[in-house]
Amino acid sequence: MTAVSERQQLAYIASQAADMRVNVELETEGMTLNIGPQHPATHGTLRIIVKLDGEQVVAADPVPGYMHRGYEKLSEVRTYPQVTTLINRIDWLGSFANEVPFILAAERLMEVEAPPRAQWIRTILFELSRIANVALFLGDMAVQLGAVTPVFYAFRDREYVLNLIESATGGRFHPNFDRIGGLKDDLPKGWIAETNQVMQKVQAFCDELDALLLGNEIFNVRTRGIGVVPAEVAQSYGLSGANLRASGVDWDHRRDTPCGLVYDKLDWKVWTHPDGDSYARYWVRLQEVREAAKMVVQLCDGLPPGPIMAKVPRIIKVPAGEAWAVTENPLGEMGYYIVSKGDLVPDRVKIRSASFNNISIVPWLLRGVYVPDVISILASLYFILGDIDR
Amino acid sequence: MGLVESGKLPKPLTKLLNISRKYSMWVYQWGLACCAIEMGSAFASPRYDVMRLGVIPFPASPRQADLVVISGTVTDKMAPAIRRLYEQMPDPKYVISMGSCANCGGPYWDSYSVTKGVDQIIPVDVYVPGCPPRPEALLEGIVLLQEMVANEDMAAKWKGEPLVVN
Repeated sequence: MTAVSERQQLAYIASQAADMRVNVELETEGMTLNIGPQHPATHGTLRIIVKLDGEQVVAADPVPGYMHRGYEKLSEVRTYPQVTTLINRIDWLGSFANEVPFILAAERLMEVEAPPRAQWIRTILFELSRIANVALFLGDMAVQLGAVTPVFYAFRDREYVLNLIESATGGRFHPNFDRIGGLKDDLPKGWIAETNQVMQKVQAFCDELDALLLGNEIFNVRTRGIGVVPAEVAQSYGLSGANLRASGVDWDHRRDTPCGLVYDKLDWKVWTHPDGDSYARYWVRLQEVREAAKMVVQLCDGLPPGPIMAKVPRIIKVPAGEAWAVTENPLGEMGYYIVSKGDLVPDRVKIRSASFNNISIVPWLLRGVYVPDVISILASLYFILGDIDR
Repeated sequence: MGLVESGKLPKPLTKLLNISRKYSMWVYQWGLACCAIEMGSAFASPRYDVMRLGVIPFPASPRQADLVVISGTVTDKMAPAIRRLYEQMPDPKYVISMGSCANCGGPYWDSYSVTKGVDQIIPVDVYVPGCPPRPEALLEGIVLLQEMVANEDMAAKWKGEPLVVN
């Protein structure tokens, strides 16, 4: 490991002492705690085997695979429009965001570009799915720390956003709305005005959580200085998204990587936090929801007229070649590498999803922490099982 | 409870017991995939408050639960854990299979790692279709289950057989 903190050195010494039974009188009994595969605090079915020395974790081992559904293999027997139906379900909280990088990679291979209006609507829905995703985190993190109320607020205000997505796409959870060369439909009548109202509600929700939690004594004690990830460690483990930005690395695909979305035409800011602890990860995500709500309002104002679909043949055969497209999804960097041999179906699809890399830091991060902090650290890393196991 | 198991309970008493069981369902949430979020909406959100149906979510352990909602994709790796969960629940116990994945495999019907239907592992009382079902659909499923419980013959369900854990 690149950096070993004092806490981790102490934990290592403690584990050695427990193993070698140096001090028989003061010896604490080692214990293996099995968190998961189903546990209220794991956001799904991640199993973590934690070895304890008293209250302290000496080793943690995540066991993924309980939600492995074989997306990469299934994509090889689905036609391109059918693949979007599947990959909606990778990160189930922000479904639309999963479709976009796949469609962008396929468009790159077919050398078509979506018309401007389609790109703008894509960006709107992308940011709406970010709000729908991260809003639940904002409430859920508090639940893991023992405060139940914020999750009711989160579910309440998330419903408004889901209603917006449903009225535009027809799918409340899994829109399956993105097509190669554009979108399935245009926005319905009156949608823009409704969106502006909902964005005000989202801003109010963020202020509410800010007032409820960020100044709260218990919340501060449970999160500040807990689960600190230094910037170089975060980069060496391949963290992405808000987890990386909370460690002070100013890196965001929306700004840095030109892709088929219109972020360069908007006035927005990439938030970072220098601390790298659980509090920083919460804070950065809260700011991101605010920023996303601002972006949606700007996008609704500047929505250009025009068609929503480019000229694409009815039966989509993607020419032979390879393409990689990546976007900044709610959970972090998500990319698709498509290998095509000119068929109706992709020859090979490699999915790079954020959560898998984000939890790879868990064995390093949990070494030496106390058991109650395990939950708050895992919650603040914010993974989704479909995104880990695919 | 010897009287209940023998099936010699008078009818009015059965009716009374069924009504009280119907309106005090403790539901254990077995959230697996996308459906778990919709189940969370149904159980924890103010819009679809499930407690008005007499269903109490979030018991601490399956040993306290009457009903389990299997919501999401059951993989072959997860299947033994689900079997074990079902065996931990005390009789009489009910299962709602929520979503296409738990019903029949859903969009993963040809996947190598997905169990095509949770009913291969445990008996299912109510299937809720959809991918994922809306929270209203889950509430409908719970209402259907409550109707089933109200008209149940206690002796048939509550056999009092000893628990067998493989």
